[in-house]
Amino acid sequence: MKARLERAAHCRSGDKGNTSNISVIAYSPEFYPCLKEQLTAERFRKFYAGVVTGNVSRYEVDGLHSLNFVAEGALGGGVSRSLCLDNYGKSLSSRILAFELDIPDQLVPLLKGGD
Amino acid sequence: MALRIGAGSAWWGDRISPAALNAEKGDLDYLCFETMAEATVSAAQVRKRRDPSFPGYDTWLDDRMRAVLPACLKRGTKIITNQGWINPDGAAQRIAHWLREFGARGIKVASINGGLITDQVLDLTDTILENGLPTATLQPSLVSAEVYLGAEPIVEALKQGAHIVVSGRVADPSVFMAPMMHEFGWDALDHLRLGRGNGLGHLIECGAQVTGGYFADPGFKDVPRPWDLAFPILEVEDDGSAVLTKVAGTGGAVNLMTVKEQMFYEVHDPANYLTPDVVVDFTTTQLEQIGPDRVRVSNISGKPRTPTLKVSIGCTEGYIGEDMFFYAGPGALRRAKLAKQILEERFKLVELDAEEVRIDFLGLNAIHGAMTPPDSAEPYEIAVRVAARTKTREEANKVGREVDGMAVSGVGMTGKRVPHQDRTREIIGVWSSLVAREKIVPSITMIES
Repeated sequence: MKARLERAAHCRSGDKGNTSNISVIAYSPEFYPCLKEQLTAERFRKFYAGVVTGNVSRYEVDGLHSLNFVAEGALGGGVSRSLCLDNYGKSLSSRILAFELDIPDQLVPLLKGGD
Repeated sequence: MALRIGAGSAWWGDRISPAALNAEKGDLDYLCFETMAEATVSAAQVRKRRDPSFPGYDTWLDDRMRAVLPACLKRGTKIITNQGWINPDGAAQRIAHWLREFGARGIKVASINGGLITDQVLDLTDTILENGLPTATLQPSLVSAEVYLGAEPIVEALKQGAHIVVSGRVADPSVFMAPMMHEFGWDALDHLRLGRGNGLGHLIECGAQVTGGYFADPGFKDVPRPWDLAFPILEVEDDGSAVLTKVAGTGGAVNLMTVKEQMFYEVHDPANYLTPDVVVDFTTTQLEQIGPDRVRVSNISGKPRTPTLKVSIGCTEGYIGEDMFFYAGPGALRRAKLAKQILEERFKLVELDAEEVRIDFLGLNAIHGAMTPPDSAEPYEIAVRVAARTKTREEANKVGREVDGMAVSGVGMTGKRVPHQDRTREIIGVWSSLVAREKIVPSITMIES
């Protein structure tokens, strides 16, 4: 079934200059292969179109069932220059919670929350 | 016996009572304070130029020290802090003052200098990391430059008998690792142990962000009593493994989720996290929940440190003018849209000379901007938030002046606040470069209370 990412993973964003990193961490190890296969760097970049202006790199940390996305040009020129109210991009990670995943039937009972 | 290291702050504006709690109930060997953001040093330099009475160290120094010193003196807890900003010597003098106030004489306080290189930065550095241009191009707007020092000068100060060490810019994780190097005798080139120690330091450098802060999401990630968050405590073994925990009975949570989120916070490549002391590899880390609010952290890896240190260069880059006004009830959005159009036209009339102008509808699209889904529900209330980045203060002031105009010359049913603060602020842009490690020689000054 289709499910929002928020039911399978949690996220946090951090800032460095004009770059934001957004970690996506599986709630349970079973979801990690879905995330790794479906949430590519290119799909991530498209999902942040209009805000992320540069390259997106994806780092995989298999042992901790986590992906770390590094989005360049995500902070409006940098924390001090940005005209965005959230100039540190602290709430940028919440965007990816709306990404739709295909979840295999056998994993559906493991999903968090309900719609 | 494990070495007990607690966090006292994660940034300048952090809460103070959890630091006092760690001092009183944490049974700590060391209490460590991190108080600096990227632009802290440059902002302090600008303030010092305007206001010569500004002492140049953490403006909360008195409050933080008064809150923790009595309990630290009683327990024998040592303090490491980067609250010195641009005046570590002044901060040390002030701390000695508070020690005497609490009746403690002969306590050694060390200050660390040598990281501020504003006068030499154009000679010592070549290239701006962000854009590849020569650092010399920053000369006209240069405010301040500082090196990110590592743990070594703090360790040296502890060796010399310091009970309290106060520095300017030291890399955040290094502040928390210095006690491990000192107490366990780790060599500065032992990248295996330093990798573990710096990794552990990274986990607690942001304070409550690993104990349930910046985390709660009701229904998905629930946090017990989130109003009563404690700051983290590490129980470190001499092999660089540790248990991450907090004072019992407090709210918040230490679990695999909070630790993982913090592990990747402000990290790019998790296999190569660069610090002045070592290159940390988090990808091998093993985490285990061994009890309530107790996570065992082991097997973080390290690689040899780089031959360079990071330099942060602050420059004046113009001004931002910013203000907002409000709409509510049926039709809030249509009135906000008309207000936006009026402002755009008025900015033309007053010939606003801006590098960028942004007019957002707070409640609809001010945070996620262009990513806001087009079918988002219309909010009941909207704040129109206006910001412009300009070269001069006069231009930036036009934003507030035109928002003033919306009070009686704008749209029906406009909510407007009376401005009681300056709506224009100066921008300190921060650039990075690298300096050869051997060019930087920190110094230690020791005083006694």
